[in-house]
Amino acid sequence: MAIDSQTVAHIARLARIKVTDEEKAALAGELSTILQWIEQLDEVDTAGVEPVASVVDAVLPWRADVVSDGGQAEKVLANAPDGVPGFFAVPKVVE
Amino acid sequence: MSLIAGRTGDWEVVIGLEVHAQVVSNSKLFSGAATEFGAEPNTQVSFVDAGMPGMLPVINGVCVRQAVLTGLGLNAEINLVSVFDRKNYFYADLPAGYQISQFTRPIVGKGTIVLDLPGGATREVGITRLHLEQDAGKSLHDQHPTKSFIDLNRSGVALMEIVSEPDMRTSEEAGAYLKKLRSILRYLGTCDGNMEEGSMRCDCNVSVRRPGGELGTRCEIKNVNSIRFVMLAIEYEARRQIEIIEDGGTIRQETRLFDSGRGETRSMRSKEDAHDYRYFPDPDLLPLVLSPEFVAEIKAGMPELPDPKKARFVAEYGLSPYDAGVLVGEQENAAFFEAVARGRDAKLAANWVTGDFFGFLNKSGRPIAEAPVSAEALGGLIDLIRDGTISGRLAKEVFEAMWETGKPAAAIVEERGLRQVSDTGAIEASIDGVMAANADKVAEYRSGKDKLFGFFVGQVMKATQGKANPALVNEILKRKLAG
Repeated sequence: MAIDSQTVAHIARLARIKVTDEEKAALAGELSTILQWIEQLDEVDTAGVEPVASVVDAVLPWRADVVSDGGQAEKVLANAPDGVPGFFAVPKVVE
Repeated sequence: MSLIAGRTGDWEVVIGLEVHAQVVSNSKLFSGAATEFGAEPNTQVSFVDAGMPGMLPVINGVCVRQAVLTGLGLNAEINLVSVFDRKNYFYADLPAGYQISQFTRPIVGKGTIVLDLPGGATREVGITRLHLEQDAGKSLHDQHPTKSFIDLNRSGVALMEIVSEPDMRTSEEAGAYLKKLRSILRYLGTCDGNMEEGSMRCDCNVSVRRPGGELGTRCEIKNVNSIRFVMLAIEYEARRQIEIIEDGGTIRQETRLFDSGRGETRSMRSKEDAHDYRYFPDPDLLPLVLSPEFVAEIKAGMPELPDPKKARFVAEYGLSPYDAGVLVGEQENAAFFEAVARGRDAKLAANWVTGDFFGFLNKSGRPIAEAPVSAEALGGLIDLIRDGTISGRLAKEVFEAMWETGKPAAAIVEERGLRQVSDTGAIEASIDGVMAANADKVAEYRSGKDKLFGFFVGQVMKATQGKANPALVNEILKRKLAG
């Protein structure tokens, strides 16, 4: 499967990344090559093989249901470019 | 089945619901920040919830347990292996730029829920799936003329998204579905079901078709926050779609929102290309693997749910399915009834609980735990009716006084002298008095005007301030009038 400039533009828009027309053409080539490589991997017969979720022998760790975090509004808001006391502020989004 | 009549014939409405139920837990799904409602803004936020770089999510075991418990309560398959995926989209209240959710492999699969419909009928609706996901933050749009304020306290709180099959056909069924689901969640203690505080929110998928025909294009109405609004939104949306099709138009698949002020749905243009979520497995989280023992242990600890409880109330207490359905809706109500009925006439107990007691309770707006009349106190009143101390008529007056004063029934009966008169001598004396004062009516009765019997009963009850034992009054009056 090959990726064209139009698909690159669509993905870039969904990811909110600004891409110039020249970059689009270059990215289309690069992404197509990556996909071709994935397609090559598809040629391996994996019937009956469990999908690998992790290459290390680990299980998902669980946490106890206790409150151990929070109470740090100043720290959470410290990097906000436009803050009002207690909140993040963003350009108005209204439906 | 109920159809909607259009200009060109009948239409069938097809409804599926997606409910977001906030999990009852102390801390969030992937962080140790608190979940409590109503805290100061951004005070219950960990760096995980704020989407800070380098932070890693660690799953809360209680949230997993709650999801499994809910799945079991919906008679659903529990998937011993499930996977968390990233759902990618940009919105100001989603700091990470993705929501951790479950897409291809949810924790709970297919199940069923039984709706209680008017008249005691029931109907089964399929559950497609239940999955765990994070809630987003909250945007406040009305605090500033040009800015929206963001509070991330809700960001990362665990939600169960419960998806139904498109099995419902009327807005009433959708309402019954939400009521039943809320009842089950509350019984299980997995979600408080409070729609006003947003701990239960509903998206409605609505389409119309010719009866039994092919499915029409659906529209999704987002985030409706009360059962009544869900019903109104579905009714409006179905009529809107029928009108468009009958005018020769076609339905465009889109996301809409319900404007409760205007009672209509309208398009949310901002969501138009939002469906391209580019899901992929979250590389920060390994698959969630459950042991059969873990599931079995949760199953063993399940409470009796509304359906089996209803069946038991019908079989054990001889209640009608309707009364049993009313009593089991809330666990506290069912427990109250059982405490009243223990060792007593269950039907009489059910009548008092669903009648006067619920009447006063609803009027007071108080929860049942704060009712001034306890189950024991109501049981005491019923005992006085049973043993003939007071008549059923006066019992209502006694109950009202119990509600106002919080005193037991026996004390009120003594204080107000309401004890039923079962002394035949006293009743005979009252009857003699009434007959003497109404000699003309006695003569009419004796000449065949039987209908006057009720008049005499009324006069005797009046003379005794309602305290005479009605059975005795009837018996003695009949004998004396016969001459």
